[in-house]
Amino acid sequence: MSVEAREARQPWILLSPALTAVALLLFVPLLFIMIYSFWLRTATGADQVGFFLDNWQEALTDAFYRDILLNTLKIAAITTVVCAVMGYPAAYFIARSKGNKGILLLLLMLPFWISYIIRTMSWINILGVSGAFNSALMALGIVSEPIQMLYNETTVILGLVHFLLPFMVLNVFVSLDGIDTNLEDAANSLGATRWQAFMQVTLPLSLPGLAAGGLLCFVLGAGTYITPLVLGGPTDAMFANLVFEAIITQLNWPLGSALSLMLLVVLGALVLIYNRYLGMAQLMKGLG
Amino acid sequence: MTRKMDNTTRYERLRERYMNGDLDRRSFLGLIGAAGLAYGVQTPFARFAHAQGVKQVRFDGWGGVVSEAFREYAFDPYAEATGIEVVDGTFGGGDEYLSRVKASQEGEYNIAHLSGVFDYARYHNLGLSTVLNEDNIPNLQYVIPKLVDVFRGVTDGKLSCVPYDYGTTGIAYNRKHISDDEAREKGAKLLIDEAYQGKIAGWSDWRTRLWYAALQTGQDPNNIEDIDAAWDAVRTHRDLSLKYWGSGAELMSLLAEEEVYVTEGWSGRIYALQDQGHDMGYIDPPNGMGWQECLFVIKGSPMEACEELLNFMLAPETSIAVAEGQNYPPALDPQKVDLGDKIPTLPAFDPTGTLEGLTFADPAYWNGNEQEWSKTFGRVQKGY
Repeated sequence: MSVEAREARQPWILLSPALTAVALLLFVPLLFIMIYSFWLRTATGADQVGFFLDNWQEALTDAFYRDILLNTLKIAAITTVVCAVMGYPAAYFIARSKGNKGILLLLLMLPFWISYIIRTMSWINILGVSGAFNSALMALGIVSEPIQMLYNETTVILGLVHFLLPFMVLNVFVSLDGIDTNLEDAANSLGATRWQAFMQVTLPLSLPGLAAGGLLCFVLGAGTYITPLVLGGPTDAMFANLVFEAIITQLNWPLGSALSLMLLVVLGALVLIYNRYLGMAQLMKGLG
Repeated sequence: MTRKMDNTTRYERLRERYMNGDLDRRSFLGLIGAAGLAYGVQTPFARFAHAQGVKQVRFDGWGGVVSEAFREYAFDPYAEATGIEVVDGTFGGGDEYLSRVKASQEGEYNIAHLSGVFDYARYHNLGLSTVLNEDNIPNLQYVIPKLVDVFRGVTDGKLSCVPYDYGTTGIAYNRKHISDDEAREKGAKLLIDEAYQGKIAGWSDWRTRLWYAALQTGQDPNNIEDIDAAWDAVRTHRDLSLKYWGSGAELMSLLAEEEVYVTEGWSGRIYALQDQGHDMGYIDPPNGMGWQECLFVIKGSPMEACEELLNFMLAPETSIAVAEGQNYPPALDPQKVDLGDKIPTLPAFDPTGTLEGLTFADPAYWNGNEQEWSKTFGRVQKGY
């Protein structure tokens, strides 16, 4: 075998374990889900094998699913904006801090050491009627009766921000850390104020990081079902809750498969648009 | 005489030969790869070989104190007597467990602590039932006949389970805010009382929601004639509610933390709250929701081993210990077995053993409407 041929084969050999894992653990299950989506659920809960378009027709034409999907995208969008507004200054502070950057990054990663569900449930002890916040307000005499703060859309967004903020901060930090600080100094020396230097130099250069963080927050936020389950009220459901209900409560795997593919297509389209205009390289840096 | 070598010993010897230089790297990796391939190929068929000698039985239940009682009074003595180990698994709800069973290989799951005749019928309709040899379960004689007969009615006179305990889903309320008199007077309508808007909760289970909606609209839960009125009652309850709860732990937390003042609740959980010192009231309104739990043997299980385990679990000492742990009366007939001091104090306990005062869901009626009503509730729950 020639050296060229061996060199051409080498990347594929090295990639083969990862490609096998992706094929077996992602594409094969996706194929099963795709096939399932064309089956039907019978009255007893058993599946009727065949090629039926009923689930897809229902998922695509029923206003109920469309409304919940739009509401899900709205909640994910609000969460992303809040994460960006809160995360950018934090990332800027970490990127520009001298000496203790490692400790700050470690602190940022600390929440990942605790289960996401536990972190979500902790809000019940903070914002509940007999939680820390209400207890403090009553102890200080600010209110005489506890305020009902939990189980609404705001607490769902709060829980999502709590979960997703580190992803935003990390991505923006990676972007800011890669910007040469001499550029800001150069802008200042040319007469720009610090604010102008930030707005016209630093912010534009860090936008890819902000976009990568935004994409991650949006996709993860739109796909969650635990947060609305724990912190939401009776009507605060997101699209993933519909998938859960179809598959677990109604034992309707075919419809659940169609709904999960629908969400996948919507979020996948978003990733493709991002990739078309900004590329995946920045996202990989942030995740790395 | 040759000693039977297990796979671990075999691989250790292979590794030792490789480390000693008796085997080149290519051969070593080749042999490991071949062993992996052989294991992968034979595993799907291994259960047929395992069926020759049962080594373990899997039991799935609700976890917590119930599991501990089962372990102490049934699983360990059973393992000692038979040499068969009981693998103890847990689930959070019947629907979730059914999905797991549906996705599993036959024989992977054996016995489950299922809730209600409704689930029994669902499992049977999905082809997951078995036929128990009742001669192998002599302790079945102590069980309340009415509980057994309901299951026989679903499976043509045969049994795929043994009844284990019963309870009610009644109305639980905080006595600091709602008096016993008010609760008794309003009954099921307490859950749609505007005076308690934002302080009401409910289980996110479509059957319970519709059952109580039937009571609130003056209908028979096992024969709802005006379903639109019932759905309107479900909507009213939804709009007045702070939250739908999804587990017993969440129910207890909402009441104990005073996030809500009234909800329907499981009798045993409310008893546990009262036991912890919370001032909770509990009533079963007329036609309140009675239910029973059973130990169901799933298709593909080793039958004799499972029947023997069921007999251990139905033994009065086990049943009573489990009942005291979970605060639900056992399925044992109080006319035949002395149930001790605590059980007669549990909510829903019937000293006559006839259970005439409880209304159970008609499985044929509820199963017949399951597909439509569970889907409709999914929408109503979200504001539709």
